[in-house]
Amino acid sequence: MNSLSVQTILHQAVQGQGPAEGRFWMPPAASTFASNIDNLFYFIYWLAVIFFVLIIGTMAYFAIKYRRKDPNQRTSPIHGNHALELAWSAIPGVLLIAVFVWGFRAYMDMSVAPKDAMDIRVKAQMWNWSFDYPSAGVNTTELVVPAGRPVKLTMSSKDVLHSFFVPDFRVKKDVLPNRYTTIWFEAIAPGEHQIFCTEYCGQNHSKMLSKVIVKSQEDFDKWIEGQGKLDESIPLSEHGKRIFTERGCTACHTMTGQAGAGPSLKGKYGSQENLADGSQVLVDDNYIRESIMDPTAKVVAGFQPVMPTFKGQLRDDEVDALIEYIKEHGGQ
Amino acid sequence: MSTEVITDSTVDAPGHAEENYLQSGKGVLSWLFTLDHKRIGLMYLVSVLSFFLVGGLLAMVIRIELLTPEGNLAPEVYNRIFTLHGAAMIFVFLVPAIPASLGNFILPLMLGAKDVAFPRLNLLSFHIYLFGALFLVYAILTGGIDTGWTFYTPYSSSFASGSVIAALFGVFILGFSSILTGLNFIVTIHKMRAPGQTWYQMPLFLWAIYATSLIQVLATPVIAITVFLLMIERSLGIGIFDPAMGGDPVLFQHFFWFYSHPVVYLMVLPGFGVISELVAVHSRKNIFGYKAIAFSSVAISGIGFLIWGHHMFVSGQSEFAGILFSFLTFAVAIPTAIKVFSWVATMYKGSIAYTTPMCYVFTFLFLFAIGGLTGLFLATIAVDVHLHDTYFVVAHFHYVMVGGTLTAFLGGLHHWWPKMTGKMYNNKLGNLGAFLVFLGFNVTFMAQFVLGTRGMPRRYHTYLPEFQFWHVISTIGSFILAIAFFLILGYLMHSIFRGKKAPHNPWGGVSLEWETATPPITHNFHGQPIVTRGPYEFPEIEDVEPAKAHA
Repeated sequence: MNSLSVQTILHQAVQGQGPAEGRFWMPPAASTFASNIDNLFYFIYWLAVIFFVLIIGTMAYFAIKYRRKDPNQRTSPIHGNHALELAWSAIPGVLLIAVFVWGFRAYMDMSVAPKDAMDIRVKAQMWNWSFDYPSAGVNTTELVVPAGRPVKLTMSSKDVLHSFFVPDFRVKKDVLPNRYTTIWFEAIAPGEHQIFCTEYCGQNHSKMLSKVIVKSQEDFDKWIEGQGKLDESIPLSEHGKRIFTERGCTACHTMTGQAGAGPSLKGKYGSQENLADGSQVLVDDNYIRESIMDPTAKVVAGFQPVMPTFKGQLRDDEVDALIEYIKEHGGQ
Repeated sequence: MSTEVITDSTVDAPGHAEENYLQSGKGVLSWLFTLDHKRIGLMYLVSVLSFFLVGGLLAMVIRIELLTPEGNLAPEVYNRIFTLHGAAMIFVFLVPAIPASLGNFILPLMLGAKDVAFPRLNLLSFHIYLFGALFLVYAILTGGIDTGWTFYTPYSSSFASGSVIAALFGVFILGFSSILTGLNFIVTIHKMRAPGQTWYQMPLFLWAIYATSLIQVLATPVIAITVFLLMIERSLGIGIFDPAMGGDPVLFQHFFWFYSHPVVYLMVLPGFGVISELVAVHSRKNIFGYKAIAFSSVAISGIGFLIWGHHMFVSGQSEFAGILFSFLTFAVAIPTAIKVFSWVATMYKGSIAYTTPMCYVFTFLFLFAIGGLTGLFLATIAVDVHLHDTYFVVAHFHYVMVGGTLTAFLGGLHHWWPKMTGKMYNNKLGNLGAFLVFLGFNVTFMAQFVLGTRGMPRRYHTYLPEFQFWHVISTIGSFILAIAFFLILGYLMHSIFRGKKAPHNPWGGVSLEWETATPPITHNFHGQPIVTRGPYEFPEIEDVEPAKAHA
C-alpha cells in the first residue's frame, strides 16, 4: 500500500481491529458470513501464535541454556516420556477437532443458499465476466446486487477453468466449462467490491477483473427497472435521447444537420432519402428500425456501410424509444 | 555406535593412505558410468544444485517483475517464467534433492553396506533423470510452457501454446528415475543392514528415506499415467479432460493431486530425516521418542495418500468430499506436530554446539513451524475458501518446501560435506549464511502471507496498486535470500579448492557413516561392520545405572 506508513501498519498489526476498511490480515467483511470466517481465522491465528511461541520459545531457551560450554559436557540419557508424548498428541488433537468442526459448520452455511435467494447467472470467458439476471432479462459486465438480500450465482465458463473470487465477501468457487457451480452471499451494505479470477486462465488472467456493486434494495429495484424496461412516467422520447447517448449513436449521428461518419438525423423523419444504389426510401418507423437492426441493408448515398448492428442488444421498447426520439427531434 | 570390524581394524587409523572414492578413477567417463553410490550421489548433487540455480534465477525475475503493479514483461513471458520456476524447482530440484543426492551418498554408509542393492539400476536412474531433465530444457528452448506446473486442463490440453508435450514427456521420464531410486532404497534397507542393525537401530534418516521411497514407488506411476493421458488428449484430440471433447477437467485435478499431494511429503520427509540426525548429533543426545518419529514418518506417508482433495476445496468437487478431506488433513497435522515437539525435546539437557548444521536446525524449526501452522488455516475448509489460490498459499508452501525441505537439505549438506569432500568450510561464514537464509526467507514470504489474506491472487502478472507495498518488501527479502545462496555457494566452492582438510569425524557422529574413512574408500568399509548399539549413543550421555550406583 503506497499510502500506508510503517507506523500505521504496525498499529494495525498490534490492534488487530482496524477501522471499517478491514483488519490487518483481512479485507473488509462485507457479507453476512464474512465475520464468522474472520473469527475462525483469528481463532486459528492465535492458536498458531501460542503454539509457535511455545515451540520456538522452548527451542531458544534450550539452545541458550544447554549450549556447549565445555567439549566434554555431559548430557542426559532421556529416550522419551510417554506421558508427555501422549499429552502433546492429544491436546493439539482436541484443538484441531474443534477447529475442524467450526470450519465444517461455517462451510455448510456458505454452501447452502437460502431458498429465497435471487438468481443470477455468471458467465466467464477469457478474460472477462458477464452477469445475467434471468428474471429481468438483463445482462451486465459488473455484478449489481441488492444489500440485505441473499444472492445465488450459478456459474459456467465458455472456455477454460476460471474462479470467481470476492475477497470482501470471503467467497470463491471455480467456474467450469460444461458444468455449473454455485455460490451465494448476502451483502451487508451498499458499496463496491473487487472481483478477481483466481484460477490461472492464460495470458490476461490478471486482467480478468470486475466489480460487485451493492445497492440498497430501493436503488437496486430502480436500477433493474431501468435495465429491464423503460420507466413509463418519463416520455418515450426522453428514454430515446438517453439511449441515443449511452449506446454511442452520437459518435456518428448528430441532430444538428452536420454529417459525421453517418448522416445527421435532423429533419430526416418523413423525408425521402437517397440511397447508395440510386433508389429512394421514405424515412419512416420501419426504415429506422431496419437501419438499427440491419444497417447495411439500405445505405444512404455518400456514406460507407460501417455502422454495427444492434440486433440482440436493444429491446423492442428501446428501439421504439429511439424512433420516438428521432421522430420528435429530427422530424420536419 | 560401537562397531566391530571383522577384518583389518586399521581402516580408520589416521594417516591411512588408501585411495578414497574421489581418487579411484580419473576422467569424465569414470564418473558418468560409475556404479559407486557415492559418485552417483555427488553427480545428483551437482545436477540438483544446477537446477536450483536456474529455478532461483527465474524466481528473481518474478520478484523483480512484481516490483510495480504493471511490470515490464509481456504477460506470456511472465506466465512462462512462473511455470518454469515451479516445474524446475519441483520436478528436478526438490523431488530428487535429498533422497537422490544425500540419500544416495549416505544411505549405504549408514547401513554398513558396500553399495545400494542394485548399483546398475542406481546409475540407470541417474541417466533417466538427466534424460528427463533434457526434455524440460528442450521445452524451454522451443517456446516454453505457460500452463503452470500444475498443467490444469482444459487450458493445458486445448488452449496453451508452446512445448507442452515435450515438458509433459520430461515429467513422465523423470518419474521413472524417481521410482527406480525408491525401489532401490526399499530393497537396500530391507536386505543390506549390517549384522546387528535392527530396524530400531537404524538412524532416523533411513526411516524417513524408507517412508519417502514408499511414496515414490506408489504415487509416481499415477502422475506418469496422468501426464500420458494429457499428452494423448493434446496430440490426438481424444477427450479425457477437456469438456469440449467430452472429458472432465476436475478428473484431471483428482489424478494430478493424487500424486502431487503425496509428493509434498516425498519432498519434506527426507528433510525430517536430516533434521532428526542433525539435532541428535549436534546436541549429543538420544533422539527424543525414536519410535514416535519413525512411525510418524510412515503415518505421514500413509495419510498423505488420502488428502489430495484439500487442493480442490473450491474446484466444484462435492461438499461432502471436501469436508472429509478437511478432516483427514487435520489428521496428518498430528504426526507432523509430534516430530517438531520431539526435535525440540531432544535438545533438553543436551550439549548444543552452534555449528552450521545446528544453525540450520534452528532455522528449520522456526520456518517449518510457521509452514505447518499456516497449513491449519488451509485445512479449515471455510477459511480455505478465502485463502485458496492467493499468495497465502504461495507463502505457506514456500515455508514448507523452502523453509522445511531446502533448509534441511542445506543443513544436511553442511553436516555431511566433510564426509563427501574431505574438506571443511568456514563455520563462521556457514552460520552467517544460515542467518541470511533465515532473514531473507522470512522477509520474502511473511509479506506474501499479508498479500494473501488481503486477497491478492497468485499467478498474477499485474496487480492492483494497493498490493504494491508488500510486493516490494517481498522482493527486498528475495535479494537477501539470493545473496545468502551465493555466499553459501562461494564458501563451499572455496572449501573444495582451498579448504582445510576435514577431521575424520568433525561432529562426533556415532552412526556407521562416520566409522569409515573421510572421504570414504570406494567400497565403503573393509570387511563387515557389526552394530551393537543404537545410532545416537554418544559418549557424552550419562549412564543412568552407574549414576544410581554412586548415589
